Amino acid sequence: MTRGSKILHAGILVAGVAAPLLFPGYTFQFAMLWIMILFALTWDTMGGQMGYNSLGNIIFFGFGMYISAITQIGMYYDVGEYTAAFGAIKVDFSDAQYYGGLALGLVFAALASVVLAVVLSWVLLGLRGPYFAIGTLGIALSAAELTGAWTYVGGGGGISMPVFPGEPEVRSLFFYCLCMAVSIACYLFLRWLYGTRFGLAINAIRDDEDKAEAMGLHTKRYKTFAWAISAFFLAMIGALFGNMTGFIEPMEVAYPTVTFGIFMVAMTLLGGKGTLWGPVIGATIFHTLKEVTWTYLLGWQWIALGLLIIVNVVYFQQGILGWVKDRKPEWFGVKVDAAMSADAAASGSAKEAS
Amino acid sequence: MYKTKRTFLLAATASAVALAFAGPAAAKVEGDKIILGSAISITGKYSQEGKNARDGYDLAVKMINDKGGVKVGDKSYKLEVKYYDDESTPARTAQLLERLISQDGVKYVLGPYSSGTTKAAAPVTEKYKIPMVEAEGASRSLFTQGYRYLFAVLSTSEQYLASAIALAAETAKKQGKKPSDVRIAMAFENDPFSLDVRAGVVDDAKKYGMKIVIDDKLPRDLSDMSATLTKVKALKPDLLVVSGHTKGASTAGRQINEMGISVPMIAMTHCESADIIGKFGAGAEGILCPTQWAETLSYKDSLFGTAKQYNDLFLKTYTGYDTVPYQSAQASAAVQVWADAFTRAQSFDTEKLRDTIAATNLDTFYGKVKFSPAGNNIAKPMVLRQVQNGGYHVVAPSEWASHKLVFPRNAGGAKQASK
Amino acid sequence: MWDNLQILGLAPVFNVQLLVNGVLIGAVFALAAYGLALVWGVMNVKNLAQGDFVMMGGYLGWWLAERGLNPILALLPVAAVMFAFGWVLYWLIIRRVIQRDLFTSLLATFGLAIVMQQGLNLAFGPEVRTADSGFDTRVFFDGMVTVTDIRIVSFVLCGLLAVALVLYMKRSRMGQAIRATAQDARAARILGVDTERVYAFTFSLNSAICGAAGVLISMIWVLQPFYGIAYSVRAFVIVTAAGLGNLPGVIIAALGLGAIEQYSGFVLGAQFQQATVVGLLVVILVWKQFLMMRRRENLQ
Repeated sequence: MTRGSKILHAGILVAGVAAPLLFPGYTFQFAMLWIMILFALTWDTMGGQMGYNSLGNIIFFGFGMYISAITQIGMYYDVGEYTAAFGAIKVDFSDAQYYGGLALGLVFAALASVVLAVVLSWVLLGLRGPYFAIGTLGIALSAAELTGAWTYVGGGGGISMPVFPGEPEVRSLFFYCLCMAVSIACYLFLRWLYGTRFGLAINAIRDDEDKAEAMGLHTKRYKTFAWAISAFFLAMIGALFGNMTGFIEPMEVAYPTVTFGIFMVAMTLLGGKGTLWGPVIGATIFHTLKEVTWTYLLGWQWIALGLLIIVNVVYFQQGILGWVKDRKPEWFGVKVDAAMSADAAASGSAKEAS
Repeated sequence: MYKTKRTFLLAATASAVALAFAGPAAAKVEGDKIILGSAISITGKYSQEGKNARDGYDLAVKMINDKGGVKVGDKSYKLEVKYYDDESTPARTAQLLERLISQDGVKYVLGPYSSGTTKAAAPVTEKYKIPMVEAEGASRSLFTQGYRYLFAVLSTSEQYLASAIALAAETAKKQGKKPSDVRIAMAFENDPFSLDVRAGVVDDAKKYGMKIVIDDKLPRDLSDMSATLTKVKALKPDLLVVSGHTKGASTAGRQINEMGISVPMIAMTHCESADIIGKFGAGAEGILCPTQWAETLSYKDSLFGTAKQYNDLFLKTYTGYDTVPYQSAQASAAVQVWADAFTRAQSFDTEKLRDTIAATNLDTFYGKVKFSPAGNNIAKPMVLRQVQNGGYHVVAPSEWASHKLVFPRNAGGAKQASK
Repeated sequence: MWDNLQILGLAPVFNVQLLVNGVLIGAVFALAAYGLALVWGVMNVKNLAQGDFVMMGGYLGWWLAERGLNPILALLPVAAVMFAFGWVLYWLIIRRVIQRDLFTSLLATFGLAIVMQQGLNLAFGPEVRTADSGFDTRVFFDGMVTVTDIRIVSFVLCGLLAVALVLYMKRSRMGQAIRATAQDARAARILGVDTERVYAFTFSLNSAICGAAGVLISMIWVLQPFYGIAYSVRAFVIVTAAGLGNLPGVIIAALGLGAIEQYSGFVLGAQFQQATVVGLLVVILVWKQFLMMRRRENLQ
């Protein structure tokens, strides 16, 4: 780590700790910011670094949410009875039960999601390009429908999550800290991972999977592992989000394919995919803009979002970081040879013209 | 070198974020205005119903303000509602309630539309000890959780179709059959509200020993229920019940008509907001529609006058309505409950207001409002209307009935009259 | 589920009802799917806004019907308007995604889908709308099977449209140019085909076909601004099952899908009707992948 980078990381950590203390009313939104950052980071592992553009990563978010809910409630009560709209039982959790359930729920959610990722990888990771995108979209949509048809977890009626034992301010702060911890852990893990041979391998898969395989890389294994990493972190954050929201149901909260599922992609593209910091910057800008403007647009916000995606994809695909990189390659440690770059530009435009 | 520049870039972003979030926190009462807050569906699947509710809130606010506002102490206050769009998703509702309460400083909350979003809102208001008067969340499970700050002016969901089941039992007896011979077909949307209505039906059916022969759950983007209706044709039940908000009623109305479904008794929710009479004309004849409120009922208050007068005022104020959906009427009533609470409590303290609301005993054009300890309104019955000669007429319960039940439903009418 | 299967066995007449309903609506799915196959095959754009074009066409038809036009006659002006709409979209957006990587078109059209949904919501309101064709219902087998005339009419119209499209593709100059571009865009350009115009025309044609499908949907089922995605998914299911440039395959797959939906709604319950469609999408993709894996190829 260089000195500048150390300062940066320390600065973000300080800001992360200070933010909810300075602006206690906004804790929930800051927590959402960490969630968004994690969304973008995990999406980029597949989409940016490995070139597998998924439209259905949200499945792990919802799956984790439900596994955690079942664990938290199922440890002490019968889930089927609790969720039955007819004759709902009232539940009450002691402090120990609540925290114990939550901890175990997080662990189970993460593990179960990894298992799900491995299982899905058998059927999905053979698909490539747009087929992979469509296939994952299909999986996420059907996950929502199937959970909705499962009466044990209340079907479309949803589940009211256990109530946090404590003051509302403490609750916000508690979940804020957990979200921040998970996101930072995810960031640090990915940062380390991209620096290893694994990072090079998934980049190779992105650039040319067949050649990578010909070079002796066991691509299937790498792909499955990358998919499982996304699943692991998404499931944890899903479990946390379920508890923060307090009420979960399959269509809108657990498997929101057209909101969170698309936000992930939009944020990563906005920041610049295939970079470590791109998703973070994209998520931060997107979430801030969204929170500041969204609620005042009253109906026009979706138009704005759609236009943002179109403009981003069509006219500005390299994203913010990519754009900066093009302009100022020396900032990123890339040495520019004037003659070579002129050459590259010429061949690039030739390619475009063809 | 390059890293420091990047550092700068990020630091700038971070501080921009911090600035953007640091808005001023508004107060609950600004000058002579009392700010109520609500997250309501403006976009998404409940946007129609959300609009109905919002129009109801706005009409009551306007009327109260026009009549001088709310008097607390020796000062008159105007009401104002701060809306956010919850996009019809509970995930958003919880976030926006947090936002209304902790950032905008709103201390008085009006409910969102739908049971699901209300289920997400209630834990938030409960935690912050902020009273919420809601008009659109009917799910019974809202009132079994021991919420102290949740008050609902409407009847809970298990009552929606209870009188239809009772009516079916009664009719069976009249025909010399046992109520337990009645066979029911059910089609409910897979969402918290409809599933709760369904639970009520299952409950009642069990009481009479009726048999449920079809139990289908309709998907979210419902545009076809002909497969379910084919089953209805095959099994010939005595009663068909459908609940799926506005779109469910529209789809069912159309296809029951087209497929010539000849079930002697059909009951469905949301007939008025789907405007089944306007859309399907004679094809809607004989359908039973439970309603929280009807303009023909004899309720009245000093603000709007009678139910009929409310009806006329509403239709005059807002274009695009043929009948007033009960969703709007109950929304107006919720605002009246707030106004009444401020007047009686003579205070802006939320604890005091909460106790005042709990002791509400108010006559409104919408019906009597009186809360049980659990927070639901126990003073107002649901009524069941039947489409007869192109209008809605109350047929049950008997004390409110203005017309006699037409049984069996004139099934042939659909096809002959279809053009 | 078992009971429902028994009904079908004991009273086979209900099979007729399910099949008729499924096949007749399947014809409308076929229109949207054919449009998708066209755009996909010719210009390699995977249009996720396909269903929203259908909804938009439906709303335009409904709007005209409200103003007194017979909804069947509304087909023509709606198709014309949608054609123009497609033309504009092509020059604004689609033109720039054609030669880009494949995910770009998917995501750009997804953005487009969001804009269109919300645009429809703002323009026409969130209410569920239906247009009335003014046709009767036909009754067979003692009331056991009913078929609305509009379904029959729309089936016939879909058939006519399909025939017209085939003839157009085979006979007309533009049709030949489209087919040439689909085979090899570069060669077509060398031989003097204005491929840019071909692309614009293809996309607009797709938009018009979807618009026509929408008008039919407005008379058969219901419209809602957010229902588009269901039609997009159906179109993708059909095209992935049938393959590109295979009109008979598309038609058979579409009619089959319509029937499968009805059967799954009947046998499994309505809650599985949508899940079956998306489930099928995944199953078909995986099955195709499986077949190709045996030849050590990949679906891409």
